[in-house]
Amino acid sequence: MDQLFVNLKNMALHLIGVFAPDWLVSLSSILISVGAMTFLGIFIMMYLTLMERKVIGRMQNRIGPNRVGKWGLLQPVADAIKMLTKEDIVPEPADRLLHFLAPVMIVIPALLIFAVIPFGRNMTALDLNVGLLYFFAMSSTTTMVIFMAGWGSRNKYASLGGMRSVAQMISYEVPMVLSVVPVLLSVGSLSTGKIVEAQADLWFVLTPWGFFACVIFFLCGVAECNRSPFDLPEAESEIVAGFHTEFSGMKFALFYMAEFMNAFSIAALTATLFLGGWQGPLLPSWLWFILKTYSLLFVMMWFRGTLPRLRADQMMGLAWKFLLPLALVNILAAGLHLYLGGPAGFASALIILLGSFMGLSKVNRSYVPEKREYVLAD
Amino acid sequence: MLFGMGILRGLGVTLKNFFASYYKKPEEGGLFTVEYPEKRLPVKERFRNFPFLVYDTTPENMRCVACDICAKECPPKCIYIVRDNDEAGRPLKKPAIFDIDFTVCMNCGICEEVCPFDAIYMDHEFEIADANRLDALLYNLPDLLKPNDYFQKIRPNDAAQVDARRLEAEEKKKAAVAAVKTQAAAKDIKPE
Repeated sequence: MDQLFVNLKNMALHLIGVFAPDWLVSLSSILISVGAMTFLGIFIMMYLTLMERKVIGRMQNRIGPNRVGKWGLLQPVADAIKMLTKEDIVPEPADRLLHFLAPVMIVIPALLIFAVIPFGRNMTALDLNVGLLYFFAMSSTTTMVIFMAGWGSRNKYASLGGMRSVAQMISYEVPMVLSVVPVLLSVGSLSTGKIVEAQADLWFVLTPWGFFACVIFFLCGVAECNRSPFDLPEAESEIVAGFHTEFSGMKFALFYMAEFMNAFSIAALTATLFLGGWQGPLLPSWLWFILKTYSLLFVMMWFRGTLPRLRADQMMGLAWKFLLPLALVNILAAGLHLYLGGPAGFASALIILLGSFMGLSKVNRSYVPEKREYVLAD
Repeated sequence: MLFGMGILRGLGVTLKNFFASYYKKPEEGGLFTVEYPEKRLPVKERFRNFPFLVYDTTPENMRCVACDICAKECPPKCIYIVRDNDEAGRPLKKPAIFDIDFTVCMNCGICEEVCPFDAIYMDHEFEIADANRLDALLYNLPDLLKPNDYFQKIRPNDAAQVDARRLEAEEKKKAAVAAVKTQAAAKDIKPE
């Protein structure tokens, strides 16, 4: 069971090898992986929309979609048909090239990220030795495409959304990258496969620095893919739909697709870096990976069902005044833990982190004026 | 107070609701959605939607006497009545045509209030949507006529009151007729 998909692929390759030359076999090996990734990306996106609507519905004491198919399982298909048949409107003053390119290009980095995610034992499509760097490089190109969409629409709301998105993504990129540094210190490699293998004995989230890094990474990830409560670039109540205000039909669906695939890859990467990836007892490795990833996706939906949108200054404050210092302290704590080793290292890392967490909470406390007492005249 | 504690408390509330929606009953704070086409809430007795005509025993025995009061009182003028005539051309106490245009009717219930013959009452029917707005929603006499039993069924309290009132009136009428008869008889006997 563990190697089910790997064996399936090998079987298919053997079948092709019977009648095809070697170069065709290696080409089809690549194509099978690429095809599986692409199909997976679309499939994940479709059913994440359904899961999100169901989960949030339940949190708000509603049932959620249940009309199309059993438990609404065909709802994403119905949505896709609706999206495809909708009119495609391009605003007259828009930059037609950018307006057309933005929704196409936003899906590309989202799909490319899937290449370095280890879905199970031997199930990384492309185990790069700079996998993590590749992830950060790819995910930050999304910023440019989003700004492209906002700029190309020639709409004030869209431009505002694009600018907000740039500000937000660049701010959160910094603590996000810094929160991964402790993992690199500990593993000594940027390859996602090596990082997972290094967690065979102990998931990183169970160490003090790992826990803090996990929380910082996940929060920054949520902000990176513009999800609630950090959905300022597409804040409905403020700027219509932000950067995708002027997109309709399938173009709009492509933005949505990229957003959900980004959310999936953030959850997958958090699971890979801190929750042991596909490591786990009894169950096959790919099932462990899916379980961990979907629990994290559930947490994202949970956030969305609970928290109101942050104000712009609150969001910036969280990144620069809280997460960034904490990520820096976290590197120190991880260094101490790894250098001293054993209980002494563990304890010192924990003390440093808890101390700085409390200190930062105190410094970041919002100003609440003292309650005035009114003395009424007799 | 540590950073994020309020957020954790909020997350607790939503998670509680999430799980409660799966096992709790509506009264205890679970899901209270009634999925309409399959399940439906009971209709209240005084719920009113579109009028219908009441008949006793058979459709020929309708209570309506084509007095035209409801048609005159109807604010959007959705009722159209033509009185029936017999072969000799004398007016009969029943309508030949009784049309109600449901596209115009605003469900005010004034026809019910003004009818002195207890003939027209508001119905509980509300699923009358139709693709054809001209013919399907113009209800004629046969569509409108419904038995007194139906009235008893949908509005038991109102129907009981109406029936009691009608019975009383009938007895009074009988008594009056009897009194007139005895008077007349007494007059006849008087020798003069």
